[in-house]
Amino acid sequence: MKLKAFKAAFPYTIPIFAGFWFLGLAYGIYMNVSGFSFLYPMLMSLTIFGGSLEFIAVSMLLAPFAPVQTLIMALVIQARHLFYGISMLDRFRGMGWKKFYLIFGMCDETFSINYTADIPPDVDKGWFYFFVTLLNHLYWFSGATIGGLVGSLLHFDTTGLDFVMTAMFVVIFMEQWMKEQQHTTAWLGLGSALLCRLCFGADQFMIPTMLCILAGLTLFKNPLERSGGLK
Amino acid sequence: MTLTQQIITIALCVLGTMATRFLPFLVFSSKKPTPGYIQYLGKALPAAIFGMLVIYCLKNVSILTGSHGLPELIAIAATITLHLWKRQMLISIAGGTICYMVLIQTIFSV
Repeated sequence: MKLKAFKAAFPYTIPIFAGFWFLGLAYGIYMNVSGFSFLYPMLMSLTIFGGSLEFIAVSMLLAPFAPVQTLIMALVIQARHLFYGISMLDRFRGMGWKKFYLIFGMCDETFSINYTADIPPDVDKGWFYFFVTLLNHLYWFSGATIGGLVGSLLHFDTTGLDFVMTAMFVVIFMEQWMKEQQHTTAWLGLGSALLCRLCFGADQFMIPTMLCILAGLTLFKNPLERSGGLK
Repeated sequence: MTLTQQIITIALCVLGTMATRFLPFLVFSSKKPTPGYIQYLGKALPAAIFGMLVIYCLKNVSILTGSHGLPELIAIAATITLHLWKRQMLISIAGGTICYMVLIQTIFSV
């Protein structure tokens, strides 16, 4: 049962392997050149497991100690995870001990794959979710650790490889688009994010975007439910 | 920063992250039925989230300066075309990424 779930889960994680190794290496190298031992990226990638915050944490560690500001920053940057939990509430029901790890490791990429993947009916969903989460966690952890260890010795031209994450989210967006009968919510997400990015700038647009999406979904609740487009 | 302060800083980053991941599951326990509005959000949110994440990936692209977002636009078009044609996740992602890397390292290299 486990092997079957592993075989079904692994192909979905290949693009993440490329992306996480690249970003993880970059993160480890960044910590290395900022003067931290490889133990830092190793332990931080294992426990925080959220790329963008870990990059920002480097500058927090280099700045004067500011615990309240650190916690607020972490909550604001990671706020989008609240949406992932709400979407997975019912799917993670009855997952037993795995549930804790599934929630712990639910980064953007893991959530997106677990939500959209077509899991074959003979594959155990819990183990599929588990292996996607575990593999992604391992990719990020190993990339960050190796980057921290040998970082400054590496020399290769991988300029642009980080686009693998953008391409993956474009494909996941399309998969969701092709499966659903209405596109109002997809447009709402794209439009809110684009508008807020233009109004609030690259560093502060995610919270306004989330509020816009919530407001939009609340406003269109009745027509959306009546149309029966939500499965 | 002392080592203790560093450990506290990292622990607070873990706490902030885990609070956002665990909160929905703590608030809506699996023993009681989930409220209708939250169930509705659970179904309606994902499509909006994926749209949001695409923009999130592109947040540092500037249309007014540099390459004006052209390499991103072309590579996304390539990804979409490949996906409409073959509908093989790995082919679309690899094709789009290679397209972007070639563009950024040749035509649009600084």
